[in-house]
Parts: sequence; C-alpha cells; structure tokens
Amino acid sequence: MSDTLLKVRDLKIGATVYPPGEKPHDIEIVHGVNFDLERGKVLGLIGESGAGKSTIGLASMAYGRGGVQITGGEVWVNGRDILKTSYGDIRKLRGGEVTYVSQSAAASFNPAKKIMDQVVEAAVEQKKFSRKEAEKRARELFAKLGLPDPDNIGERYPHQVSGGQLQRCMTALALCPEPDLVVFDEPTTALDVTTQIDVLMAIKEAIADTGVAALYITHDLAVVAQVSDDIMVLRMGNTVEYGNTDQIINNPQEEYTKALVSVRSIEHEEKQPTPEPVLSVDGITARYKGLNFDVLHNVNVELHPGQTLAVVGESGSGKSTLARVITGLLPPRDGEITFAGRKLSSDLKGRTREDLRELQMIYQMADVAMNPRQTVGTIIGRPLEFYFNMRGAEKRKRIVELLDEIELGEKFIDRYPAELSGGQKQRVCIARSLAAKPKMIICDEVTSALDPLVADGILKLLLDLQKIEDVAYLFITHDLATVRAISDSIAVMYQGRVVRYGPKSQVLSPPFDDYTDLLLSSVPEMHLGWLEEVVAHRKMESAGN
Amino acid sequence: MHPILKLVSQRLALGLLLLLGASALIFGMTEALPGDAAQAVLGQSATPEALENLREEMGLNRPALTRYFEWLGGLVQGDLGQSLTNKLDIAESVGGRLSNTLFLAFWAAVISVPLAIFLGLLAVRYRNRWPDKLISAVTLTTISIPEFLIGYVLVYFVAVKLGMFSPLAMINDSMTLGQKLNSIALPVIVLTLVVLAHMMRMTRAAILNVMQSAYVETAELKGLTNFKIIYRHALPNAVAPIVNVVMLNLAYLVVGVVVVEVVFVYPGMGQYLVDHVTKRDVPVVLACGVIFAAIYIGLNMVADIVAILANPRLRHPK
Repeated sequence: MSDTLLKVRDLKIGATVYPPGEKPHDIEIVHGVNFDLERGKVLGLIGESGAGKSTIGLASMAYGRGGVQITGGEVWVNGRDILKTSYGDIRKLRGGEVTYVSQSAAASFNPAKKIMDQVVEAAVEQKKFSRKEAEKRARELFAKLGLPDPDNIGERYPHQVSGGQLQRCMTALALCPEPDLVVFDEPTTALDVTTQIDVLMAIKEAIADTGVAALYITHDLAVVAQVSDDIMVLRMGNTVEYGNTDQIINNPQEEYTKALVSVRSIEHEEKQPTPEPVLSVDGITARYKGLNFDVLHNVNVELHPGQTLAVVGESGSGKSTLARVITGLLPPRDGEITFAGRKLSSDLKGRTREDLRELQMIYQMADVAMNPRQTVGTIIGRPLEFYFNMRGAEKRKRIVELLDEIELGEKFIDRYPAELSGGQKQRVCIARSLAAKPKMIICDEVTSALDPLVADGILKLLLDLQKIEDVAYLFITHDLATVRAISDSIAVMYQGRVVRYGPKSQVLSPPFDDYTDLLLSSVPEMHLGWLEEVVAHRKMESAGN
Repeated sequence: MHPILKLVSQRLALGLLLLLGASALIFGMTEALPGDAAQAVLGQSATPEALENLREEMGLNRPALTRYFEWLGGLVQGDLGQSLTNKLDIAESVGGRLSNTLFLAFWAAVISVPLAIFLGLLAVRYRNRWPDKLISAVTLTTISIPEFLIGYVLVYFVAVKLGMFSPLAMINDSMTLGQKLNSIALPVIVLTLVVLAHMMRMTRAAILNVMQSAYVETAELKGLTNFKIIYRHALPNAVAPIVNVVMLNLAYLVVGVVVVEVVFVYPGMGQYLVDHVTKRDVPVVLACGVIFAAIYIGLNMVADIVAILANPRLRHPK
C-alpha cells in the first residue's frame, strides 16, 4: 500500500478579476497541476508571484482566498477527495488534518487574544486534545522551536514578542493539533536574514521530529533547497519542472529553472574612488521627534560620481533614516552633508531647486509612489516641466527617449500604473528620477518587493543607466546578493552605526567583524546541506568561545 | 504609572473640562437671549421701574461672570436653583423626572443594544444574502419613519386595536416593576426601533472591516464555524467603533426622547423641559441643559475609556 497523504490531480483554480475600465470576468490562474506527497515528506512549491503557489497550497485545505475558486480536478487527503466532501468534513480537515503557517505571523495572530489561546484553539476545537493536554503540547512545541521561556510565553499577547518569535509561535500553532500536513506559506520571507536562519532551522527540526508532511511555499530557491525532499517549480499556474531537490538544484532541465538557479549572476567590476566625492556624509547623528535616543550615531560615508554605495543592514539598523537625513526630510542633530561640492541645508525648506533636482529618490513600493490616475507619460513628464520647462513635442520626445532607456518603449506612454507589472512600475519610477538628470539617486530597497528574475532585470538596468547617465546610486538594501551585484563600496549598518565601510572587495573579504560575519553567513546559498553546515559551524564557534 | 491609568485619567480630566466649557456655553447662550428672568416673571406689560426693582431683588444686575460662578458653585453642591414659575426647588422636581427618563432609557438600551449587536453579527454571517438584506431594509425603514409617527401607529394598532399595553406611559412610585414595564412597553419599542439601525449597521461595518484581516483567515483555516470566527476573533477587535456608536445612541435615548415622551405623556425630563421652555423658565432650562450635557459627555467618555481598554497594546504594554 502506498503511503500517499496528499494527491493532487489536474487541479484547476479560477478567480474573478476586476480590471480597470473593463467588466469583471473569470480567469483561470492554475491550469491543471498534479503532484503527490507521501507522509513525512516535504514538497517545495516555488515560483514567482502570480505562479499560483499559495493558491495551490490553500487548495489542499479546500480554501480559496478572496474571490479564488477551485474550478476543477481532485485533491485527495487521507484517501478522500476534499473537493467533493461535505462542509462539515472540510472544517474537520482544516486545523485538524491540515494546518497553515502564513507569511506574516504578525498579521495572522489575533491581536486581542493571548498566544496560548490561539495556539491551542484548533486542537481543542477539533477535539484532538483537551485544553490541558493541548497546552502541555504547546509548551513542548515552544521549547522545541527554541522560544525563550516556553512555559510562560503563551501568556503573552502577539505584540509582546518579536517577529521571529511570533513566526515560531505560528509554527507551534500549526503543529499543535498533530496534523498530517502543514502548509508553510513563505514562513521566513518577512524576516531578517539572521532571524530567518534560526526560524528555518527550527521549522526543519520540528518537521523531522514530528514526522509531519509539509508543503513549503517560497520564491527563494536557496531556502526551499534546505528543507524539501522534492521541488515543484511553478510559473503562471503551470508546472515547469517537478523532481527531487537534488535534481532541481544541481541538474535543472528547463530553461526557467536554470534561470532561477543561476539568478544573481550579475558581475560588476568595482570602480576606483575618484578624488572628489559627489556626496559626503560627515558625522551625522539623528533622532526622531519624541524619541529619547539617537537612531543614527556619527555616520560617515562618501559616494563617488558614477558609482554605487550600498548601505546594507537589517530592519531597524537606521539605513532608511540615513536616506531621510540626506534628502532633508529629517534634519540631523549633528553633522553635515556635502553634495556636489556644496554644503546642503539640513532642512528640506532650505534647499534650492537645483539641490532637489540633482538628488532624486526611488522607493521600494513603486505602486504607491505613483499617482494611479496619471498616465506613464504624465508621471515621467512632470519633472521635465518642473525642472526644465519642457512642453509639447520637445517634452514628448524626451519622455519617449526615457521610455526607451528603461526598455519599455513609446507604447507605454498612455498607460496607467494599474496596467503595469511590478517590474514595469519600478522602471517608470526610475525613468521619472532620471528625467531630472540627477547627479545621484537614492534607491531605497527598490528590488525588495520584486521577484528575483524581475529584480535582476532592474539591477541590470540600473547598472546600464549608470554607465550612460553617469549617475551615482546610494543603494539601500537588506539583501547581500544585491549588494554584491551592484556596489562599488559598501557600508554595513547595525543599530544606527556604520560597523564596516570600504570598497566592496575589502568589505566582503575576511577578516570580518562579528556582525558582518553573521550577516554574510546567513544568506541562504543554493546548495544542499547549507543550513546544517552553517548551524554546525556556529555551534562549533560558540563552543570554542 | 501604567499607561492605561494615565490615559484614563487624562480622559476623565478632559471630560470635566469639557463639562465646564459646556456649562459656560449654556449659561452664555441663555444670557444672550432677549429678555431675562425678571422680564419673564413680570410679562410684556411690566413697567421699567418694576423690572428694575425685580432685577435688583433677584441679583440680575450684577455682572454675568459673578452670576455664572454663583450658579456654578450651586451646581457643584447639587443646588440647581429655583424654578421661576412654580418656585419649586429644581433639583427636587428634576430628580424624579430624571430617574423616570433613565428608567425608560435603561430598558430601551437593555433591549436595543444586544439586539442591534446580534442583528449586526447575523448580517455579517449572512452578508449579501437575504437575512442581511432583510435586516438592513427593516432597520433602515424604522429609522426613516419619524418616531412620533411610529409612536401613534403603535398606540393605534397595539394599544387601541389589540388592547395590549397602555397607550399612555404613566408611571408612579406605587407601581410594581411589572406594572411599570407594562406601562412603558410602547415607548421602549419606539425607541428601540429608532436606535437599532445605527448601531446594527456600525456593528456590521466594523466587523466586516475586521473580517478582511489575516487572523480571520487563520481562524477559518482552523476549521472554526462561521459564528465562532465572528464572535471570537472579529468582535473583540471591533469593540471600539461599536462602543462609540452604542454610547452615542444611549445618549440619544436620554436626551433625545422629548418627542417620544410627549407622544406617550411620559413624566420624564423631556416633557419637563418642553413645559418650561414654553414658560421661559430660564433656570430650569439651564439645569436641564447642564444635566443633558453631563450625560452626553459622560457616555462618550465611557466610550473612549472602553476603546482604550479594548486595545491590547495599551492593556499589556511590552
């Protein structure tokens, strides 16, 4: 007898879409997917946004998010097709046989209830355990997942624990009812790399200890390679490639999989510093109004014309605050900023139009950085009118030039932001900042919200544009692979301080300081067993100390 | 100091300050009205000498500020002054009236608040299906019809035709609770119908808003029944907006029942106020105004405090 827990056959999923200016209509987003999952095994579902991976994961609980509906196929769990079973049976399945770990535990925990109440709820509701037994099991799981003070952490409210801890609590929530299958939906994506590695290890060990099967959904192939037995690569609702992890990583057959495996392959030769920096930040100390501590302590960095300075750090390290200080949104308490040979006013009001023009900014969320009611042409044309007084045909000609530079072309000129993909939107934002002919652009996590292949395209574009326009980038990111790909010099920030600063080759070569070492070794690498190696290495080091 | 205590005491202080402002405003407005108490007592045909004498006697010639503080001082000690028309102590005559009004408002609230929240939950449970639409249609209809019309319609059909309940809501101290309730049944029904829609729709909207959250999806994926999801996971997070609108409606039940009281000849504050406004009895109007303001401010303060207490981030700081 085969030990198949989950069998998916020709699964088709549809949704109703509401495109602007058109009638709502139904589309198919998953076009017939097949896979099997044995008890105790882990299947990784990988793909970019829109690949349908979360939708497929939720279909194993007979659940459609929003207007999503399962339109065809079979989903067999424990020997029955859950698409044909009763609603009462589905409720027993959810939270009993199959449980779910979401990307954002912070949003998925009810803020008004204690963690323990929420962790044991499904187990008690499904009559798997009594409340007392469930609580005992929850405490064991808290301990197993490496949560501090496992006996009492359940008495806290979600806002009283950190993001990484909450993500482990969510894993405990999913494991508490002793399910047969857990659907992990990007469980570490929202975490910092140094936190991700601990949570990843905790999840992996919990899966191994409890013998539960798992669907592990992520866009990060390096992550999924660490935890899964098999991998299915999805693209736009179709299976691209399905095989065991070793084969997918080391011997991918399809072009798309090869591209995913080799992503982050941009080579960028480091440039030598010039005598005159375009931006120099001297001794900046800053704090936010109402806080009684500094968020930046004596920050000193320089950026040379036509080069890229990457400011890297985890959330809360002060890297975005630095951008706010440079743009004048947050006047510093101390220190000064020299830009293009002149001292910049610390306050935005004191800056000239020339200062504003030469220092542009691109944001993480291209979506909200554009007026949804303006066309691409209007958006890019605005700085041309504002700074260069261009009108009519002259303006249009320049807009088309810029559209060509960002590889979109003239046909995009009359489109609205809603009609663009994430990557295209970011390109329009880049064109808008280039329209001002700046000397320097601050790029704040500009690729973080994008899929890896799309992000790669944006990075390549930025590098090409740098050559053409001779513009300098201050590139803020938490992603070390991005840093490697595009920077000439690097500043590593930690708790408001620059802990390491210099040319790329120097910053990324040993000997490292402790924090940079931790940061670098936490970036998932695309080979099997990486997670174990890092964890073993760290254990050895801490034993050695 | 615990942040909750701090916030709550801030709210209390703010409420008192607001009440002080309201009292000044009410006093100032009655001052600004043409004529004064002396004029009102003596009537249109009074000679200027008589007016002047009476003003002297009543102390009306002193500066407004002095009189305001005197009045305020009395207010703080529970002395609301004397009625001009019947020379009775206002505090005494208001006392009974106020307790009647609160009695009516209390029973209307006891029925309407849980009913409104339950209907709101029901509407969410069956959203966009017929129960939801029916609840919305009925409550909107009842809020749209003027309350005096509902009152008279009920009197005619329920009291006169069916012979149930009394058409006049007369109550006195010698009645038992059961008799009293029977007597106020019709005005309670009218008030309930008037305030139901507002609270029910707010409950529905607030919960629907919360139903979009990821933690409601988590609850769904735990296999909970719809009703458990709504009351266990959605309702606790929708408390603040619901309490706000509930308190507004409670305040309305106390200060806005004038028309209903008149329709049912109920011996409450509204009747009392209307009677004395027509007689230009300024001290009574002042007293009622301050009492109404206190109730309004008090209830809204309670709403604020409940909203603060409902926030787990404030109740359990890091």
